[in-house]
Amino acid sequence: MADASFGFSTLQMGELAIGKHVHYILSVEKKKDSFESVVMDHLRMNGAYWGLTTLDLLGKLDSVNADEVLSWIMACQHESGGFSGNIGHDPHILYTLSAVQVLALFNKLDVLDIDKVATYITGLQNEDGSFSGDMWGEVDTRFSYIAICCLSILRCLDKINVEKAVSYILSCKNLDGGFGCTPGGESHAGQIFCCVGALAITGSLHHVDKDLLGWWLCERQVKSGGLNGRPEKLPDVCYSWWVLSSLIMIDRVHWIDKEKLVKFILDCQDLENGGISDRPDDAVDVFHTYFGVAGLSLLEYPGLKAVDPAYALPVDVVNRIFFGR
Amino acid sequence: MHGRPRKASKPEDEAASITKAQKLRALQTQFFSFHHSKIYTKEAVELSAKLLEINPESYTAWNYRKLAVEHYLSQPDCNPESVKSLLDDELRVVESALRQNFKSYGAWHHRKWVLSKGHSSVDLELRLLDKFQKADSRNFHAWNYRRFVAELMNRSEKDEIKYTEDMIYTNFSNYSAWHNRSVLLSSLLEKKAEGFLLKENLLPEEYEFIHQAIFTDPDDQSGWFYHLWLLDQTVTTDHPLLVSTWPAHGSDVFLVGDRCQNGSFSPFTTVLSDSGSFPIVLYFNQPVKGVSSSTVIIECGFNKNEELLWEPLSVSNSQTAQVWVAHLKCPTSEHDSSVEISVGYSKEIVSPRGSQYSHPSTFSFKVHVQPVERDSSRVSVAENILWREENFKVYRAQSEESIPIPSFDQLCIKNGHESTASNWRTEALAKEVECFRELLSLMDCKIGKLTLARLLMAYDVMSFPFANKLVHSEEVLELYNDLMKLDPTHHRYYKDEHSLVLLRKMTSSEESLLQHCFQYKDSVSSAIGNPICLRLNNLSLSRIRAFERLLWVQMLDLSHNELESIEGLEAMQLLYGLSLGNNKLRSLTALEPLRKLKSLRVLDISYNQIGDHSIDTTRYLCSSPLSHSVGSELNDVALINYWEAFYMFKDLNLTQLDIVGNTIADEKFKSVLVKIMPLLKRLNGELLD
Repeated sequence: MADASFGFSTLQMGELAIGKHVHYILSVEKKKDSFESVVMDHLRMNGAYWGLTTLDLLGKLDSVNADEVLSWIMACQHESGGFSGNIGHDPHILYTLSAVQVLALFNKLDVLDIDKVATYITGLQNEDGSFSGDMWGEVDTRFSYIAICCLSILRCLDKINVEKAVSYILSCKNLDGGFGCTPGGESHAGQIFCCVGALAITGSLHHVDKDLLGWWLCERQVKSGGLNGRPEKLPDVCYSWWVLSSLIMIDRVHWIDKEKLVKFILDCQDLENGGISDRPDDAVDVFHTYFGVAGLSLLEYPGLKAVDPAYALPVDVVNRIFFGR
Repeated sequence: MHGRPRKASKPEDEAASITKAQKLRALQTQFFSFHHSKIYTKEAVELSAKLLEINPESYTAWNYRKLAVEHYLSQPDCNPESVKSLLDDELRVVESALRQNFKSYGAWHHRKWVLSKGHSSVDLELRLLDKFQKADSRNFHAWNYRRFVAELMNRSEKDEIKYTEDMIYTNFSNYSAWHNRSVLLSSLLEKKAEGFLLKENLLPEEYEFIHQAIFTDPDDQSGWFYHLWLLDQTVTTDHPLLVSTWPAHGSDVFLVGDRCQNGSFSPFTTVLSDSGSFPIVLYFNQPVKGVSSSTVIIECGFNKNEELLWEPLSVSNSQTAQVWVAHLKCPTSEHDSSVEISVGYSKEIVSPRGSQYSHPSTFSFKVHVQPVERDSSRVSVAENILWREENFKVYRAQSEESIPIPSFDQLCIKNGHESTASNWRTEALAKEVECFRELLSLMDCKIGKLTLARLLMAYDVMSFPFANKLVHSEEVLELYNDLMKLDPTHHRYYKDEHSLVLLRKMTSSEESLLQHCFQYKDSVSSAIGNPICLRLNNLSLSRIRAFERLLWVQMLDLSHNELESIEGLEAMQLLYGLSLGNNKLRSLTALEPLRKLKSLRVLDISYNQIGDHSIDTTRYLCSSPLSHSVGSELNDVALINYWEAFYMFKDLNLTQLDIVGNTIADEKFKSVLVKIMPLLKRLNGELLD
């Protein structure tokens, strides 16, 4: 890893307890009987993506049994082509993306009937270019990002109406330069990541006022060095991803203090049991562990694989998809 | 997942958790059995309510309830009363779920779904919203739902604006309320609704309102972005305008086939045209589309009805750009001619928001063609441009040249526009400047200094578009210096702004610009016709802009600065030689703007940081397959690991490249470059075979 760019001693500001976090993730995978686990049963597909991508960024993807994961994933696919959050649950676009992302990690996209998945997703695009999450019609720009990201990974982006998809996203652009979940919705870092990511993948970033949005985003950094998701809210490690990746995609990441953010993320580690929490001394979970590690990767923390800010997958996985063959 | 304290779990807690988990699992198992068997009895449906009460995020249960409702509605024995009672049940389940988690997407969507069946009343929904918005005024689910209800039930925008006012008066620190207010006001402004017709009446009131928020607590961000929006509304004219062109209006352009010629041509307007054509550049004040040979009419002596191809200078396939270029073919024999260009006499040049270009304008210039005198005995050797201090001498204007730099009369394009930089705008800005000076006299605060800096720049640009005076630039630079100390977390933001102001200041007057005009002296080119090199080196510039005054530049020295980005450089279409040596470029993709510079032959990117960084911040701002902005043209397997180099360099016609001092530039990389650029003659100072 390129240490030269990092310019300061990691010993001074704490270290990333890589081994502990790997151990934590593997243990969560096995602990299916706690109340926390059962209550998150329905989003296990997301959990798999968060845990496995973190392992890959830490160089430890081979700690899991790929075949087990893959057969469980395929068992979550429905007739419609969409994937559910876990076996028995209904399909939804959220879990379809996570499934495809995990398959990409293992370089197993070829087990998919790509047309089947593409049909599910194209069927969710509405007249105005927006996307519904599932047959029940909830519309949100998160789903626009998911559709675009997923079909792009499957190399069939042209199966949706990209122009309309982009114009719907732009209709959710706010006067502060940010984006909301639907037209008129308040700017929120999570939505901004989704919209900027979708615009990045479709070559449409010229529609973003990078200076205006960049200033809104850089002002998410509060005194503690952490990032919040919108004005006057508390910092949270997950925004180290949503805000940071957005800043990177529009080339304004130098407007925050990267060192302070690294320190904040490292302070959110549970150095005893592994895992990363939303804020220092809070309970850890896989979600925040992933976003903390991914955020550190974007900050070029040494010892981590580089992560792609638009696809939220390791850069080598994305390059393999687009330049491999 | 959020906000739970970290504590070691005690064995009794773990046991309790496992018991709770088993109960929930049993509930879930039973639920799935009903769902998969499509059983919608009262008992089954009640079970789903129990499940959602414990876990409102169990999305399949919400789906199930919708199926149950639809199943019931399709029964022959259903009547309006039983339907009402059924849907009331749904609303109750939603409310109870929201009490558990008022951010549950599933719960809010279910409520919308029920309402779309034509159920509930405005009052009931608004009362529910009131409850939630009082509990958390920033709950965006509630605000979104409010918007949904307002639209569904046709509540007036004015009533909703009043609501935002009430929320704000309850607590100024309510970004959500300010946001909603801005959405509603801008919608009304656009519709030119009665009472909201004029910005000049509305804005002063809004400024008063926002001052209360900002001045009460300057560190609270809630008002900052709203104020910036008001400022933008005050300063920005909707309609696109032509700001600058090359060739400039009234100028004399000399096109030479070879620089080694005698003649008394001005070094500012003598251009080498080895391609048989020269560029015409149109620089607008904002991105536009619709520039074509039907909206831009060219009349010239040598090509009366030529269909020119106008190209937008933007990444990817965007048909929208702030700068447009077309190449006009010039005659091959000696020639003098006038060219007149009319822009925007037909209505199709528009901004992305649909505002039309409204001030048709015409500019004209003279072209003098001096083709090459071919001397067969001369060997064409690629000159090695060395960007060293001793190779440049300051340009001294000849006494006859009154205005050597053509672009300074530029803004007197026959626009006939905006001498009405409407009074209300400058008045509003002046008033804001006064208010913020007052705030700063009471307390040193970041938003005060930042806003004052922005106001002063906007005021200068608006008040003195023709006089090119930037009266306040010293003060603005001071403010940014203060801000770098006051708010070190964001000091790179202030540094960038500082650089932009500095650059604008240096290019705002002819005298200051001339101080940076040099000529390159070497043994090959004679001094006559030797282009001016604009040297902006060693200025600690972290960012560059203000290209509208620099369209005439053919050689640019930006070495020894702190540039990470060269965004906007694509506008400089005449660029032949460019030095970006000793800067902070981090990746090859950052060179994207250069791909549009068809005249660029000499490039120095030595001593940058290309190859040092694992994260590429311009990965999606360049033309590549990753952003679907080019096809997969890279067929050579050997070049796959060098895809950035391939896409960035393949369209450049460089004859000289300097890349030493970058980690990426090892021997393998250099051989890749030679492969990608067959026309390259010199690499790192060495002649190639």
